[in-house]
Amino acid sequence: MTDTSKTPDIHKDGDEIELLSFLVGGQDYSVDIMSVREIRGGAQATSLPHSPSYVRGVINLRGAVLPIMDLAKRLGMQEEQKNDRNVIIVVAVGERTVGLMVDAVSDILSISEEDMQPPPEMRADQNRNFVSALTIVNDRMIRVLDLNAVMPETNEEAA
Amino acid sequence: MAEIKASFFIECDELLESLQDGLQLMDDGEADSETVNVVFRAVHSIKGGAGAFGLDDLVKFAHRFETAMDDVRSDKLEATHDVLKLFFQCGDILADLVREARDDSPHDPSSTAQVLNEIDALLGSSAEEEAEEEVEFQPMTLSLDLPGIDADPTPASEPSYTIVFEPENELYNLGNEPLFLLRALRELGDMIVTCETVSLPDLDQLSVETGTMVWTIQLTTSEGEGAIKEVFDFVDGICRLEITENTPPTAYLLPDIDLAPELPPLPMPPAAENLSLEAPSAAAENTFLPPQLPEAQPSPSGPPPATYSKPKQAAPAPVNKPAPKTSGGATTPRATVRVDLHRIDRLVNLVGEIVINQAMLTQSVEEAGLPPNSTVRTGLEEFLQLTRDIQESVMMIRAQPVKSLFQRMSRIVRESSADIGKDVRLKTEGENTEVDKTVIERLADPLTHMIRNAVDHGLESNAEREASGKSATGNVHLTAMHRSGRVVIEVSDDGAGINREKVHQIAVEKGLVPPDLQLTDTEIDNLLFLPGFSTAKEVSNLSGRGVGMDVVRSAIQALGGRISITSERGKGTTFSISLPLTLAVLDGMIISVAKETLVVPLNSILETLTLTPSDLLEFGPETHVVNIRNTFVPLLDLGAELGYREPLSDYSGTVVLLIMQEDGSRAAVVVDAIEDQRQVVIKGLQDSYGRVPGIAAATILGDGKIALILDPVDLITQSSGRTRPSSNLEKIAG
Repeated sequence: MTDTSKTPDIHKDGDEIELLSFLVGGQDYSVDIMSVREIRGGAQATSLPHSPSYVRGVINLRGAVLPIMDLAKRLGMQEEQKNDRNVIIVVAVGERTVGLMVDAVSDILSISEEDMQPPPEMRADQNRNFVSALTIVNDRMIRVLDLNAVMPETNEEAA
Repeated sequence: MAEIKASFFIECDELLESLQDGLQLMDDGEADSETVNVVFRAVHSIKGGAGAFGLDDLVKFAHRFETAMDDVRSDKLEATHDVLKLFFQCGDILADLVREARDDSPHDPSSTAQVLNEIDALLGSSAEEEAEEEVEFQPMTLSLDLPGIDADPTPASEPSYTIVFEPENELYNLGNEPLFLLRALRELGDMIVTCETVSLPDLDQLSVETGTMVWTIQLTTSEGEGAIKEVFDFVDGICRLEITENTPPTAYLLPDIDLAPELPPLPMPPAAENLSLEAPSAAAENTFLPPQLPEAQPSPSGPPPATYSKPKQAAPAPVNKPAPKTSGGATTPRATVRVDLHRIDRLVNLVGEIVINQAMLTQSVEEAGLPPNSTVRTGLEEFLQLTRDIQESVMMIRAQPVKSLFQRMSRIVRESSADIGKDVRLKTEGENTEVDKTVIERLADPLTHMIRNAVDHGLESNAEREASGKSATGNVHLTAMHRSGRVVIEVSDDGAGINREKVHQIAVEKGLVPPDLQLTDTEIDNLLFLPGFSTAKEVSNLSGRGVGMDVVRSAIQALGGRISITSERGKGTTFSISLPLTLAVLDGMIISVAKETLVVPLNSILETLTLTPSDLLEFGPETHVVNIRNTFVPLLDLGAELGYREPLSDYSGTVVLLIMQEDGSRAAVVVDAIEDQRQVVIKGLQDSYGRVPGIAAATILGDGKIALILDPVDLITQSSGRTRPSSNLEKIAG
């Protein structure tokens, strides 16, 4: 794995940021494209015992053991009816690489820095901490995911 | 800076290794002058580096050690066995200090104080020590104690002179500089300068006004005595000067040892700096000298034949010695590359992936129904062969010689034998045998235990040995070798051997075996591995702490190894460990539970059985035990323990694996089915996800899916033991 970006969420390319947008539980989310390693179809994960419910398990990514997170569960969304057409976005955060299971990948967007808004303070939602910025594309609100917050804590013991 | 420091510590390890080697050679009486130099240089380099990083404790100790070494080097001190023993101790402390410096752990001065005192006693006085501090960063040079050998191999016709030059205080007062005089002398011809610092007082008595140093110069020149006198013209009357012409030595026809490259040019710029800073101080004076001075032969103007005899002895010595011994020193380092361990691990991973991929490919070719002699099939065959070769080569990269491990063991022998007052000599063989790095790391503890056992129990006391006609000094042999794809490490002693009657008696007393059972010798020997067995009548400081050979055995087994004993009464005992070459591959049993596939390390499984209703007994409200040949073993449901499912309502008819724990306790683990038994490539989970309780690692099966490898011991320690569905709705985990 080559090390490309240290700050995956806000990558400056001039004033434009490229985002990979995707659907999770019917909502639009996005991540900085520089932190995306690859996108692949859903594979059957081997479940890990004593893991948090949002950890789907591990899959074989060309010989590496890749943990898979169910992003909808991680974001505290309602149980989504599972379809097999789930997509895994492999992202690198710092030293770690994880797969995020999402409903579908939508688009690659170029957003200028000025169009990014900080997320409002909303105490009721538990997913507030997972969003680092908001933007609007074609009248749709796109949330920029804070990957560091999404990562599972290491050495997480049984729930 | 941190990086430089890290590489300093890596170097330290290497230097300590060559230090150990050198001392060992000296102890074996096979040392030549170069060996002494290697040892000296190792200590010196550690000191130099430590100074650069401000590691004061290390510098101080290394300096004292170095001073003592220097005396040996300059033949002031004979390297007797006792002296070497002290040096070994010094080496140990040096290693400790290096480790402390690396880990930033505090230094306990009391640990070194005793050894330092011993060194002081050895040296008579530490008089010149402090003053010599100034010299510490001088570059090292080799073969300095070969005085009288000139660079030019054909100077037989040139006369040589011995010049004794003792400046008086007046010389310094008038602003003269001995260094310049020496330099001027050098213009005349090749010379060897010796500085005598014997009359140098202690630092607290040292007066900057008083010069106390005397130089002895061996000069070979065709210019004649007059030219020499001319050099000292300006200081005539304010110094003592003796010039004597040496009788032309006939022994000049030495084996042509060309020392020319090793005679260093006088290192001027740094010395000049010192000069300006600390001009008339006698201590600083020392730094003006060419670097070889402090180490050079101090005996002045010895008769030439005596002087030349030394290199003569030294020169042929390496030729007669067996090659591995000489390669042990720093003299002929093998070309190596330092590679980040992560890169190697990545390579190992990728190769593991090739193996898996190739298995899949083979399967699909099989399914495609191609004829056996088709090009695809033959190509695949070759691919198979290549893969295997690549895998082997990659595994070899992780391999390291067991040398570092063996050196630690020699320390154990020294310390443990000193503790109980036995004279023990450790001989090591096959130090260059290579084993996987992880195996080496994890072998240290069991091996330490075995070595201690050999010293404590294996060998008799000195008096007993002499009484039975053996040498008073006991011998422990530590051998490593490759044998049929495995590494065999043997620890043997020439002690009394296993007292089988006693062993049997103790086993009976402790109820480990029935009294009327007849056992073969091997069976009796193997009783030593039983948990709770210890033959030591009184608990000594070394062994008998309750951890016995059973711990050693389980540690070895955890490495996928086996251990065995052979013993002959009165002749000694040999423990033999056989280990796989790598930990990257593991023999596992593929099992399934709650539709998940898991791998259980084969060496942890004692047996497998199918439960009958009569085997199964209720224990507590939520637990069961299994009756296995009249011993009761707790029943664990793997599916429930891992949180895959709720405990079953009925366990009769299920398959259980009987698993042995490190402490000898057992557990019956319920699985749904046993699928297969095969070698699997181990892949860590730690880095990508983190630790998972009860799981050691993961592997990739032939179908490309990941299977988890159980850590049976961890699983059992963490287990709830719940094997009955309870009304309690609390779930263990998602």
